[in-house]
Amino acid sequence: MTDAAAAAQAAPAPIGLLAELTHRCPLGCPYCSNPLALEKRNGEMDAATWKRVFDQANALGVLQVHLSGGEPAARRDLVELVAHCASLGLYSNLITSGIGVTEALVGQLDKAGLDHVQLSVQDCEEASADRIAGYKGAFARKRQVAQWVVASGIPLTVNAVIHRANVARAARMVDLAIDYGARRVEIAHTQYYGWALKNRAALMPSREEADAAWNEVEALRQRIDGRIVIDHVAPDYHARTPKPCMGGWGRQTLNVSPTGKVLPCHAAETIPGLAFWNVNEHPLGDIWANSPAFQAFRGTDWMPEPCRGCERREIDFGGCRCQALALTGDARATDPACYLSPHHAVMAEIARRDSAPANEAAYAYRRVEMLALGSDQT
Amino acid sequence: MTAALELDATAKPRLPRGVRLKHDAVRGGQVLLAPERIVRTDPIAVAILQRCDGARTLDNIVDELCEAYKGDRARIDRDVRALLADLIAKRMIAL
Repeated sequence: MTDAAAAAQAAPAPIGLLAELTHRCPLGCPYCSNPLALEKRNGEMDAATWKRVFDQANALGVLQVHLSGGEPAARRDLVELVAHCASLGLYSNLITSGIGVTEALVGQLDKAGLDHVQLSVQDCEEASADRIAGYKGAFARKRQVAQWVVASGIPLTVNAVIHRANVARAARMVDLAIDYGARRVEIAHTQYYGWALKNRAALMPSREEADAAWNEVEALRQRIDGRIVIDHVAPDYHARTPKPCMGGWGRQTLNVSPTGKVLPCHAAETIPGLAFWNVNEHPLGDIWANSPAFQAFRGTDWMPEPCRGCERREIDFGGCRCQALALTGDARATDPACYLSPHHAVMAEIARRDSAPANEAAYAYRRVEMLALGSDQT
Repeated sequence: MTAALELDATAKPRLPRGVRLKHDAVRGGQVLLAPERIVRTDPIAVAILQRCDGARTLDNIVDELCEAYKGDRARIDRDVRALLADLIAKRMIAL
C-alpha cells in the first residue's frame, strides 16, 4: 500500500461539516451542546474565511454543510454564505432557533439556494417552551418562522430536545411538527455535554418517563403513515449499548468553531490534552488527515478492552469519548452507556439521583452577551 | 410494501425540494442528498431517479428503462416501484 493510500484508508473523506458560525444566541436553552466557554463575537471568522473553508471542505469530499451556532441568523452574512455553498453544489442546512429570522431573510435564503431548515422547538406548550428557552415569545416566533419556511417551499425539520420539563409531551411534539408542515421531526433525548451536563440535575427524566416517551413516539410511527419522517435519538443514560458518536471519531464529519478551530465533535474541547488545529493556520484537509485531535481516536487501534475485541467496535466505535471522560475520567474508556463498561451502573445511578422528585434544580441558562443581535438584523 | 403495488401507473414521481442527486467528485458515483441523509446510489437507481422529474409518469419511466436496458418489463416495473416506495416512505420522493 502506498503512503497516500494508507492515509486515505486512515482518514476516509468526511461527508458533513458543522459550521458553528457564531456562539451568539438569543435563547438560553439549558441543554445547549455549545461549550461552557463560548467564543466571543470579536473572534468570529469573516465571510471570506468561511467561504475558503467551504471551498476546502468541498474539495475534501464534504457533501453537506450544516450552518449552525449559536444562532446563525445572528450573522449578517448568512445569505452570502448560503449562496456560496449553493455555488459549490454543497447541500446547505440551516440549524436555527428561528429567533432573528425574518420573512425577508427566509425569502433571501430561499433565493440563495438553501436546501433545508432545521428549527428547534422547546415544547408544544407555550409557557413551558418559553421558560425552557429562557426567552419570552420564543414559541410564537418559531411558529411564525415555520410558516414562512414552509410557505417558501424549503423543507422543514422540527428538532425537539427531550428532558424532564417536556418528556411527557414527546409524542405531541410530533403532532406539532406535522401541524407546522414539517417533512421531518427529530425527537432527541438530551445528550449530556456542555451546558446539558452542567444542567443534568435539572434535565434528567426518570427512567419510567423516558421509557414512556420513547414508546409513545415509536407507537406513533405506525399511525402517521408517511406524513412525516421521525428521527428518534435514545436516552443514553438508560441505554444498553452506546450510540455511534459522530459515526466514529474523525470518520464522517467535522466541526468548525466560530474562531476556526476544527473539532471532531461539539464537545471535544472538554477532553484535556487534545491539540486542535485552526483553519487560519492549516488547510482543512491537512487538519482532517493529520491533526493530533483527529488522529487521537480515529479507527479502532486506540481502543482498550472491552471495545478492542468487541464485535460492535465498528458499529458504535466505542461510543462517545466525551461521555467516557465525563463519567469515568478517562477519554479512552468504553462509553459507560455500554453494558460491557465496568462503569455502566454509574449511569443508571446518576440518572436515578438526578431525576429524583426532590431534585428540582434551577436551570443555569446558557448565556453569552447577546446585546448585538437586534442591531445585526438590519 | 403495499403502497408500492398500489402506486398508480399514471403517478408522476419527482424529487421534492431539498432532495437532489449529486455527482460525488471525490468518491465517484452519484449520491442522493436529502435532509440529514446521504444515500449512495447504484446506476439503476440513478437511471430511475433521473427520470423522476414530475413530468414522466411511472409508466413512462418503466417504458424508457425497458427500452434502455432491454429488460423484462414486469421485473423493471417491480424494481422501480420498490425503489419509489422506499423513497416515498422516507419523504425523498413526492408524487
